[in-house]
Amino acid sequence: MTFPNAAALAGPELILAISALAMLAWGAFQARTTTLFTAAAVATLILASVAAAFGPHGRAFSGGLIADAGSALAKVVIYLASATAIPLGERWFARRGMARFEFPILVLLAALGMGMMVSAGDLISLYVSIELQSLALYILAAFHKDDEKSSEAGLKYFVLGALSSGILLYGASLVYGFAGSTRFEVIATAMSHGAGLGALFGLVFVIAGIAFKVSAAPFHMWTPDVYEGAPTPVVGFFAGAPKLAAMVLLARVLSQAFGDSVGQWRQILVVMALLSVAIGAFAGLAQSNLKRLWAYSSIAGIGYALVGLAAGGASGIQSMLMFMVLYVVDVTGFFACLAALSRGGKPMESIADFAGLVKERPALAISMTVFALSGIGLPPISGLWGKYYVFKAAAGAGLAPVAVAALVGSVVAAFYYLRLIKVMWLDPSPGVTDAPPMEARLVTYGAALFALPVVLIALIYLDPLAQAAAVALSAR
Amino acid sequence: MTIGLDHYLTVAAILFTIGVLGIFVNRRNVIVILMSIELILLAVNINLVSFSVFLHDVVGQIYALFVLTVAAAEAAVGLAILVTFFRWRGGIGVDDASVMRG
Repeated sequence: MTFPNAAALAGPELILAISALAMLAWGAFQARTTTLFTAAAVATLILASVAAAFGPHGRAFSGGLIADAGSALAKVVIYLASATAIPLGERWFARRGMARFEFPILVLLAALGMGMMVSAGDLISLYVSIELQSLALYILAAFHKDDEKSSEAGLKYFVLGALSSGILLYGASLVYGFAGSTRFEVIATAMSHGAGLGALFGLVFVIAGIAFKVSAAPFHMWTPDVYEGAPTPVVGFFAGAPKLAAMVLLARVLSQAFGDSVGQWRQILVVMALLSVAIGAFAGLAQSNLKRLWAYSSIAGIGYALVGLAAGGASGIQSMLMFMVLYVVDVTGFFACLAALSRGGKPMESIADFAGLVKERPALAISMTVFALSGIGLPPISGLWGKYYVFKAAAGAGLAPVAVAALVGSVVAAFYYLRLIKVMWLDPSPGVTDAPPMEARLVTYGAALFALPVVLIALIYLDPLAQAAAVALSAR
Repeated sequence: MTIGLDHYLTVAAILFTIGVLGIFVNRRNVIVILMSIELILLAVNINLVSFSVFLHDVVGQIYALFVLTVAAAEAAVGLAILVTFFRWRGGIGVDDASVMRG
């Protein structure tokens, strides 16, 4: 492969990397106007998503980077989600007198890492991309330096994230040793007559490491603390795009490197999925802080996505992609709504703070109701469609009992979503809320409109895209 | 007795276990946690380099170089976060990180 071809395949990555480094150098010399950096970063991300959507497909750098329909779909969603996170976060920090030019750059670097994750075709690029993404996210979680909880969230995220990287890496080293190569396609050839004990041992560690990143039970313990402590717009960012990236990466590792060991890894995924759904549903019942509650809701959500992935094959991966893409929109909107609301300058985080919100801020309260109903999976809101694809794929792969168990979990979880709706619509309001900022309102309404009517049209386009993406991700 | 691949793998496995235990058993100090993380990464490097030698494949050693580089970046970020944490809490004990529970 010649250099111009490789550069064309890595187009989105090059755009993001060059732009982030140029902005870093520029900011070091004159760092007064964060608005300019925000605009430049958003423009870069949109440019990169166009490059990902229309760029060539193929493999570059000895198979270390794969550009295909799967990586293209994931990259567009990841870059656009990052692009909404930048103005949200920048304005949020500016209102607290903490606007720093590093914020958009860190989001760009995280987006670069996530884009590389969904394109990784080699254990080395897998590790380096996960670390690039994680290091940027650790800093973002601790970015609110004037807040005690934020630095604690950053520390907890860092310690458990570094541990999970170590576990993943240990697994990767075993896979390399027993398969004789770091490239997914060579690993698949070596494993075509069944994976040996050593390689399976390594695979278990790799799955555990990625499960940490997507906060699947039993590796979820960092999630509630980090969600509660980290700045709200940052949580909206890392609850969505990084999980999509890690799920796509997991799908690629499992199907392209270990496609012949479905029987072995399916059991692990089923156990993790059921545990996640159960913990997300039951532990969520006891929460009074809305950010913690949504952390448990995200754990349950990853459980459904894992059910889809456990189904295996193109239909399983397609259901996982559909679920995650719709989930990213929902969670971005929800945290934008949370970032929009405050009372007396204090952020509203406890469920009791939301009492009577529908009389105060009808549009935001209705949006939040939509997100909660979407979490339950009520028709015809977007959350239903994600679950519908997952359950269809699970039933098709003979995992119907698992799908039914997950459904029971979502019935239990319905209780806490309904409680939030009841508090917002029926309880008396404790006081006047502050005027919500414009950009957070726009993102909230956009996501809510997508979740309710727009999704019905978007599904027509999303279904074949996810189908093509899943075929590319499952093909060797 | 010749020293074979399994001896290296055993040493790496022991180091890895010590590192993981160091994170979970240690209740005193966050710096000790950083050291444990470093131990885990070095265990991985022993694995990679010994596999590389026994497979006659240089990729494992390149992988080890990447791991070393990333470990340095990770330590820098971790210590920076630890400094902001220290400014608030005036300590770096593991028990200091307990504002959020539940």
